[in-house]
Amino acid sequence: MNLDFSQIVPFIPFLLKGIGATLQFVSISILLGFILGTLLALCKITNIRLLKIFANVYTSIFRGTPLILQLWIIYFAVPQLTGYDIPEYLTAILAFGLNSAAYVSEIIRAGIMAVDRGQMEAAMALGIPYRPMMLNIILPQAIKNILPALVNEFITLTKESAIVSTIGYLDLMRRAQIIGAQIYRNFEALFLAGVIYWVMVYILTKIGELVERRLRQSDTHS
Amino acid sequence: MIHIHDLTKVFGKNTVLNKVTTSIDKGEVVTIIGPSGSGKSTLLRCINLLEKPTSGTIRIGNVTITDPKTNIMEVRKNIGMVFQQFNLFPHMTVLENITYAPQKVKHIQRAEAEQKARELLNKVGLLDKEKAYPNQLSGGQKQRVAIARALAMEPEIMLFDEPTSALDPEMVKEVLDVMKDLVELGMTMVVVTHEMNFAKEVADRVIFLDNGVLIEEGNPQDFFNQPKTERAKLFLSKIL
Ligand SMILES: Nc1ncnc2c1ncn2[C@@H]1O[C@H](COP(=O)(O)OP(=O)(O)OP(=O)(O)O)[C@@H](O)[C@H]1O
Ligand SMILES: [Mg+2]
Repeated sequence: MNLDFSQIVPFIPFLLKGIGATLQFVSISILLGFILGTLLALCKITNIRLLKIFANVYTSIFRGTPLILQLWIIYFAVPQLTGYDIPEYLTAILAFGLNSAAYVSEIIRAGIMAVDRGQMEAAMALGIPYRPMMLNIILPQAIKNILPALVNEFITLTKESAIVSTIGYLDLMRRAQIIGAQIYRNFEALFLAGVIYWVMVYILTKIGELVERRLRQSDTHS
Repeated sequence: MIHIHDLTKVFGKNTVLNKVTTSIDKGEVVTIIGPSGSGKSTLLRCINLLEKPTSGTIRIGNVTITDPKTNIMEVRKNIGMVFQQFNLFPHMTVLENITYAPQKVKHIQRAEAEQKARELLNKVGLLDKEKAYPNQLSGGQKQRVAIARALAMEPEIMLFDEPTSALDPEMVKEVLDVMKDLVELGMTMVVVTHEMNFAKEVADRVIFLDNGVLIEEGNPQDFFNQPKTERAKLFLSKIL
């Protein structure tokens, strides 16, 4: 076996910049996903049929096709159809944001549905209108079901984010590939990238556990 | 005060209420009894439109609430409801549970709502619990808070759906006592209950439902001592 990590040392700052690149677009994506996902979730629980159908079809499409396909369609189809050369960064945010909106909408919908029906009935019986009922009574309880699942979604996106390397976005993965090609040592570069991914996911998992514990603590008075 | 005419409710193919007709006067205390699944809760829940009647009419005062043009929210403001499972808001303190709706729905100032809430808490014997969260209360205490929460809206009618069924036996009395106080104050009450003693002691009238049909109604003395129908006799022989 012939392993040599010495050559990679000068490239480490270049590699580390990938952490920021990855986390940055994943964070913006999940924010976008959260906003769109909340809207979709609201569509799913209304009685307005058209909105419901739209939200369900949307979810079905984005969950039913590979993320890499969605990424490529945005990257290659947008310029072809509109003539606008879409930057890699924007492509990545759009693909991951639109995709996670589908998953987040399911997380939020399930979180709301998990709130005891009696809560809504009690609110309705008191004559509380729909908006304050949702905002002040249902959502504060749903958030306990939603937050831990959202952290999981963030973790999934962080791992999946490596596929943006296929459109040339300079994320952690892409940087590892470039370094590997430069020094003719792919294993060392990929290994290092793997360690960094693992550490990121590990930290996020810990944050997730912390969030869950916090929520359970506040549960003791609910 | 409440006029129910030919009220029918169908779930899918299941006719849960079948042409129920009755009236409830102002200040009257009516208990609804009947076997499980006979439609007692559904009847109660139609009165504040938690269930939408399939056909028939319900009039409260001079408002036909089954009219699609009627503002349901306005109707509900005037009708308090107490549930078997309490349904307190778990993320709010006792005081917040009671003051939320008056502030949100009736736009009453916070200080005023809180003062009123404390009066109510005093009435149900829980003045010291205003800062507690629901899960720090016993079942009986929760139900008394739930009654206070409904009363805070100053309703003209109170609906109770088996308010003591989820309680340990030793807590039933404290809730029934609060309800009896309400009777004394002249509240119009519709109570679904298995507490036959409550029906006998305080109700002005008993309505017996079976299979979605109003089989018999009358004052408790007559109903419990000489039921007119075979179905009622059979039911009473099983539970008494
Ligand atoms: N939302 C619903 N959808 C479908 N069926 C329902 C619904 N609510 C009630 N039912 C059915 O209607 C019938 C009457 O129910 P209801 O809850 O009014 O009975 P009940 O007399 O209150 O019974 P219990 O004493 O068990 O509370 C039952 O057969 C029940 O399964
Ligand atoms: Mg019932």
